[in-house]
This record gives sequence, structure tokens and C-alpha cells, in this order.
Amino acid sequence: MGNRTCECGHVNPKGTVLCESCGKPMEGNQHIDGNEPNKLLNMRYDGSARRSKTYNKTFVDKVWNFFSSVKVGVWLIVLVLVASAIGTIYPQEMNNQSPLPAAQYYVEEYGITGKIYYQLGFHDLYGSWWYLLLVAGLAISLVIASLDRVVPLYRSLKKQKPKRHTTFMQRQRLFGKAEQATEQDKEEMIANLKKKRYKITEQEGHVLAEKGRFSRWGPYVNHIGLIIFLMGVMLRSVPFMYIDETLWVREGETEPIPGTDGQYYIENVDFFVETYDESDPRFKDALEQEGTVVSNYQTDAIIYERTDDGLPGVEPELTKIQEGAIQVNNPIKVDGFGLYQTTYQLNEFKSMSFKIHETNDKEEKAIGGEFTIDLMNPESEYILENGMRVEIVSYFPEFDMEDGEPVSVSKYPKNPAFVLNVYPPEDPNSPETSFLAIGANLDPEENNQYKVSITNFETRDVTGLTITKDRTLWILALGGLIFMIGVVQGMYWPHRRIWIQPKEQGFWLAAHTNKNWFGMKKEIQQVIEGTDVPMVNDQVEQEQ
Amino acid sequence: MDLASLSSNLLYAAFVFYFIATIFFGASIRTKGKSDKQSRAATIAITITIIGFVLQLGYFITRWIVSKHAPVSNLFEFTTFFGMMLVFAFIIIYFIYRLNILGLFTLPVAIIIIAYASMFPTEVSPLIPALQTHWLYIHVTTAAAGEAILAVSFAAGLIYLIKMIDQSSFSIKNFTLELVIYAIYATIGFIMITLAFRATGYEAMFEVPMKDDPTVLTEVEYNMPAIYGPADGTLLTDDVMEPIFTVPTWMEGEDAARKLNTLVWSMLTGLALYGITLLILRKRVAAAIQPLLTKVNPDLVDEISYRSVAIGFPVFTLGALIFAMIWAQQAWNRFWGWDPKEVWALVTWLFYAAFLHLRLSKGWEGERSAWLAVIGFVIIMFNLIVVNLVIAGLHSYA
Repeated sequence: MGNRTCECGHVNPKGTVLCESCGKPMEGNQHIDGNEPNKLLNMRYDGSARRSKTYNKTFVDKVWNFFSSVKVGVWLIVLVLVASAIGTIYPQEMNNQSPLPAAQYYVEEYGITGKIYYQLGFHDLYGSWWYLLLVAGLAISLVIASLDRVVPLYRSLKKQKPKRHTTFMQRQRLFGKAEQATEQDKEEMIANLKKKRYKITEQEGHVLAEKGRFSRWGPYVNHIGLIIFLMGVMLRSVPFMYIDETLWVREGETEPIPGTDGQYYIENVDFFVETYDESDPRFKDALEQEGTVVSNYQTDAIIYERTDDGLPGVEPELTKIQEGAIQVNNPIKVDGFGLYQTTYQLNEFKSMSFKIHETNDKEEKAIGGEFTIDLMNPESEYILENGMRVEIVSYFPEFDMEDGEPVSVSKYPKNPAFVLNVYPPEDPNSPETSFLAIGANLDPEENNQYKVSITNFETRDVTGLTITKDRTLWILALGGLIFMIGVVQGMYWPHRRIWIQPKEQGFWLAAHTNKNWFGMKKEIQQVIEGTDVPMVNDQVEQEQ
Repeated sequence: MDLASLSSNLLYAAFVFYFIATIFFGASIRTKGKSDKQSRAATIAITITIIGFVLQLGYFITRWIVSKHAPVSNLFEFTTFFGMMLVFAFIIIYFIYRLNILGLFTLPVAIIIIAYASMFPTEVSPLIPALQTHWLYIHVTTAAAGEAILAVSFAAGLIYLIKMIDQSSFSIKNFTLELVIYAIYATIGFIMITLAFRATGYEAMFEVPMKDDPTVLTEVEYNMPAIYGPADGTLLTDDVMEPIFTVPTWMEGEDAARKLNTLVWSMLTGLALYGITLLILRKRVAAAIQPLLTKVNPDLVDEISYRSVAIGFPVFTLGALIFAMIWAQQAWNRFWGWDPKEVWALVTWLFYAAFLHLRLSKGWEGERSAWLAVIGFVIIMFNLIVVNLVIAGLHSYA
């Protein structure tokens, strides 16, 4: 494939379209960038030797060529775009609050289309293997397409010499002959170029004025930013990098913070929900329309650090290290862990008090005092002052009936119910069974002599916190930052080059910019002002 | 006059000024002989636009003082702000390129957007805890600014298409272009029909079984005659129109029927308006506008369309993705949650990423680039309207 040594003596890599040093079109390689004789040169990657345009034999070549294509990249973008959009037609399973299983939820909620949606796996689209594959394809395309271009482009721009081949000069879009111009005009032009912050390099009277080369790296810099970002996202599946736990803490209780190996504890002093004052003139109209609006969810918390050896089974010795409020948008930070207000449960039962009276006593006078059951930690039996014994046969913290059987939906006392055995003092061997729940007091055999009644209960609020430690955030931030720098770098500065080639009479002038030709022409106009150099021709406009 | 009413009067005033400015921009392109730059009408037009913008800025600041939070917290406030940013982006681009025709296209879009915004509840609403952060206005304002700059690209793209597409015979391109124009008519239709029935105070009550428990009935209020009634609904109000159709049962949500009804009314009104325009013009709307654009330099319009994307894309990335992630991380301790609004911001971003690749690497300039600018705006509007009103999520303001 083509001759590698240019007549200027520079040895180019295989597949070079324009000599890296002098820009002469390399014979046999012009089809690569679609150059035609006597037409303008394609300057996109400065005619550098791109691997994807040079090799196409082995499997690796073919994979490389596939992913380095911009067309393939755009297709991948479009596919990810369409797939992402499809995922919003119905709610994703992970964002769905419904207690129904997904198989049931979609068909019941959305009918036949919902069923199809579920069966195609779109209910978990963003976690599906094919979506991840598309994103991975996009990431690979980012890397390969960038490498395929940036490496040869870097080489080419580094090796370029001011002394250019005449063909290169003539086949630039902006080209002109200044045959009347003098050496003094040239010096003046160079001075003007320097004023415009061009970097001047000279070689045997040939001049290269260049500025804004750094903007050529913009696209690759922003792609690097995206790669770093995607790597950060991937690292989140590594437990060391990313911890995400839920913690429920009842008011007055102290719990170890998950993920900290029992080093830190949190006490829920108070949890409360506040709402907007409906008489506030500011929001009066809106609140009439919308009803009650919450203004604050808050946990007043104390953070402790364990200061003993932390032996298992030993009551921990805790030292208070921090005290404050956890609100939405306002987490507490402890040693890299963030404690976020996520959810809550108001008025969970804490304890219930009961008395025993004779079934047919209208006044329900208590016999032998009261007993109180701690609902998180019930005892198996309670002895009353008169020696009466009450045994807890079954305890349902969150009672519900399922297929005619009493069950507990959870271990949290949201709707407590009991089956109790009362042992009368006069006959301790034949207990009476009662069933108690909120709003229910049943005697299965309907011949009980004694009846158990609820006299009192205590409630408390529970705060639901999310504990996270995220060591990937700085990677994501870095990726985002580099991306933005790259976009700005590549988009807002043009890479401009002007070549001056001495001739027997005067000199030739050629110029190239990677964008904004209008601005380039304006700048040349300013540079030649006051000299005898004529304005260059725009050979694209001339064709039209 | 208290501050709250001053605030809404400033918005009305801005609206009127934008309207007058549009007329002057219209006059400026009809001025014969003189070049655009010297046209007196154009100077007046841009001056009035700037006054209008300052007035709207006044609305924004006074409303901020009244509500004690940045007025970008509900659909009315956000959409109005988006309109304001569109005018702002236009003013900046105007001073770079001095293209009067751009005003004739951008300002009406801003006017329609602001009028559309006013159809939603305009009361000052309290902030739920998740919104109580500075990130509310950092994220929302930057995102809106980015989208507004991208919308200028749409206006320029539309000018390009109307100028360049051959109107001598009917084609798919012509049809699609008319469809885009009809979409604008339908939005005007929505505004007009809402205002019309609001003025008459139309009200029809339906009794509808609740979805979770069909034995419980709930009431749904219609403010437009029910072309589409709710499924299994009973009309309670006397002397009003009986529904012609009922919505299919797969359309869920108690508001689904009412929203569909409003949509149908808007489309019909838009169709009527469009039909009247056709009757008056006796040709396609784009064909009628085309002769006004003879002086327009298509390369310049194409350049503006691209330049708007080049500026809007990084601003959008920063506001709608990066700032959004920082906030989401702080409020919900996950920077990304696949919420529909988030996903559509990603879709928008991916779309403009594809746009830039096609333009910069594949040489898609001129007409193809203009079509892409139009599609991009459709995606932005979809995110603003459909995602907020139809697809529920964390961002559903209304």
C-alpha cells in the first residue's frame, strides 16, 4: 500500500494520506480520504495514517474498524436513546411502589400492553443485559474511535514542518499568490500574526503560523471524561467503593450504623414531620388547591463512636461525637458515611398495657393490677400482683388474616395482636384463651371467666435512613469536569494554520482552519492589512 | 398594588411587549431597499424586545421576593422562565448575527410558551422538602437556559426549512413541515380553547369509580365539554353535553380522561385555526411564508442553528445532567435514579451528541442539520409537556 518515503525524505507510517512533514499527497493512498486529483485536500485528520483505514484483514482489524466508525458510534447513540425512551413508557420496577409482583402489576395496571411490556423485560430495561451491552458498545466505540484518530493526528501535527509541498499549498481551501509582495511585507505579516498570538516557525524562509492546536484535542478530552465517568459508574458494583444500606431507628433507640463494623452508632432522639401553615398568606391560595403540604422531614440524631474493644456480647461503651438534624437535602456525615433522611413510619406501637377483669363485670374493675407488654421485646409470661399468670401464646406484630389464619406481615408492631392464656389463680392448670387485636377482643370458646382489655398504649415514630459511603463520587465528578473541559476546548477555539512559501517572485499563501472559515478569512484580511499581499481565494466559494 | 399583583402585571406587560416586538420584526423584513442592519423597524423591535425581557425579569425578581424561593418550582413558573431564557438567548444571538428574521420566529415561540405556561395554576406554591435547596435554582435555571439556547437552533432550523424546501409540489418533506407548523397551531388551540371555556365558566361533573376500589366513587370536574368522558363515569351536571366517547379502560389515572379530552379539543381547535389559515392563504402555510424569506442567507441561518447547539449543548449538559446529579445525590443519595424526567434529559443529551457527531464528522449541514434541530426541539417539548403531564415521576409538578 503506497510508498512510505516522501520525496521530502520523511518516512511516514503505512497508510499515510498526506506526508506528515510536507503534506504532499502520498501516492496510492488518496482514496482513503476521498481525495481527487486537482480537487481540494481532505484535511480532517491532516491526512494521517489511521489504523482503521489501513488494515482490514484479521478479526481484530475488523472489530477495530467497526468500533472506530463514527457511523457505528452514532447508531449506538441512537439505539441507547431509543431504548432509554422506551423505558419511560411505564414505570420501571425499581421505581414502583406497588406491593404487587411485577408479573401481576403490569398486566393489572396497563392491560395487554403492560403484559407485553413486562414480557419483553422492559420493566427492568436499564438493568437488562442488552441495554448494558449497548452502553458497553458505546464505551468501546468511544475508546477505539478516539485512539484511531488521536494517535496519528498527534504524530502528524507534531511532525509537520513549515516547508510544504507545492501541491499541498495549492490544494488548500484558502490559497493565494502574492507575487508582488516583498520581504518587508512578509516581515510585517509575521509581526501581525504574532500580535494575533500565532506561533511562528520558520524553515529556509518557509513560515508556519499556527494557533489553537490544543482545540484539536477537545473531542478526545471529552471522550476521556465520559470514559472516566462510565468507569466510576461501573466501580459502584464493588462493595468497597459503594455502600448503600437502609436503617430503621425508633425514637429513643440507638442502633449501630451498618457498614461501619459497629464503630459508629446513631440514636434517634426525635423524628417529626412538619407541614406548611395554611394561614400563611404566601401559600394560602396554593394550599387551598393542593391540601396539606409537608415542609420538613427531620430526625434529631446523636452519633456515637464505640470506644471499648468491641468484643461481641459486651455492652458497647459509646462516646457522643456529633449531634444534629438529618433532613432531606441535609444529611449528616460521619467518617465518609452519609446518613440520609429517606422514609419514616409514624406512630408505631411501642408498648401496650392490659388489665384483667371478670367477664360479666359491667364496670370492668381490674383484678390484680395491670401489665405492660414491650412490643419490640415481649416476655413470654407476665405475673400479676395477685399471682395470676398471663402467657403469650402467639404474638403478631403486624397482624393480618391470610386464608383464614392469623399471620404477621412483618416483625414491626404496626398492628399488634396476641393470643393470650390467662391462668386463673384458683385453677392454675386450666388456662383460658383470649385473642386480642386492635378493635377485636375474642373469646374462642365463649365461656371465659376472665377478660383481658387494653387500657393504654404508647407509640413512637420510626425514622428510615439510608446509609451510604460512595468512594466513586470524585471519579464521577472528575469525569464530568474533564468532559466539560473537552467540550469547551474543542468547540470554542478554532485550530488555524497559515503557510507562507517563498517563491522566486514574492510568495504563496495558504491557510486552513478546522472550523469557522468566515472568521479565518476575516483574520487573514487583518493580517495582510497595510501590505501588498492580496487576499487569498476561497476555492470552495469559487467552485460554486 | 401589592408585590404579588405587581409581579403578574409585569409578566402581562412583558407578554404585550414581545407581541409588539414581533410586529416590528415583521415590519423590518418587509422594508425594501435598506439592508437589515440599517432598518429602523429592526432597531425598534430589538429595543422593545429588551424592554420586554427586563419587564419579565422584574416579574421573576418580584415573584422570588414574594414566594421567598426562586420561582422555578412548578410548571407555570418553570415554563415562563423557559420562555424568558428563550428571549434572552435570542437577544444574545441577535447581537452576534443581527438577523431580524430570527426575531420573527423566536419571539412568537416564546409568546406561545409563556401563554401556555399561564394555563397552569399560577398560585405561589410551597416547596416540598426535596426542593428546599439552592440546587433548585442552580439546576433548573441552567437546564432551562440550555434548552432555550437549543430552542433558538430550532427557530433557525425552521427558517432554513421554510426557505429551502421546494414548495412547488406536495411532498413528504412539505407534509412534515406543515405538521410541525400544525403542532404550533395546536398549542395555540389549547390556549384559546382553555381561555374560551374558562371565560364561560363551563363545568361538568362526573362521578367515577376509584381505580383501587371500584365501590368508592370520586368526582372529576371537566372544564370543557366532554368529547371523551371518563370510563364508567356518570354525568352529574344538568344541561351540559353528554360525552360522545368514553376513554378506553386501559387509560389509567383519574385525570387521564380529562387530559385526553383537553388534548382532543386542542387538536380540533388547532385544526380549525390551521384550516382557516389555509382558506385565507389558499396554499400551504410554509409556501406562504417562503416569499418573505428571499433575502435570508441560508448559510447564515444554518450557521446560527449550529452555533446555538454548540453553545446550548454544554450549558444543557451542565444544568440538566451534572447539576441535576449533584442535587439528586444530595437529596436522595443517588445521583441517578432512572426517573422519567432524568431519562428524557439523557435522551435529549444523546440526541444533540448525535447531532454534533453527524454535523462535525459526517458533514450533515444545511437541510439535514435543520431537520435535526427541529427533532431536537420536539424532544425538549416532549420532556417539558408529556413527561410532566402524562408520565408520572419525581418531577411531575402538575
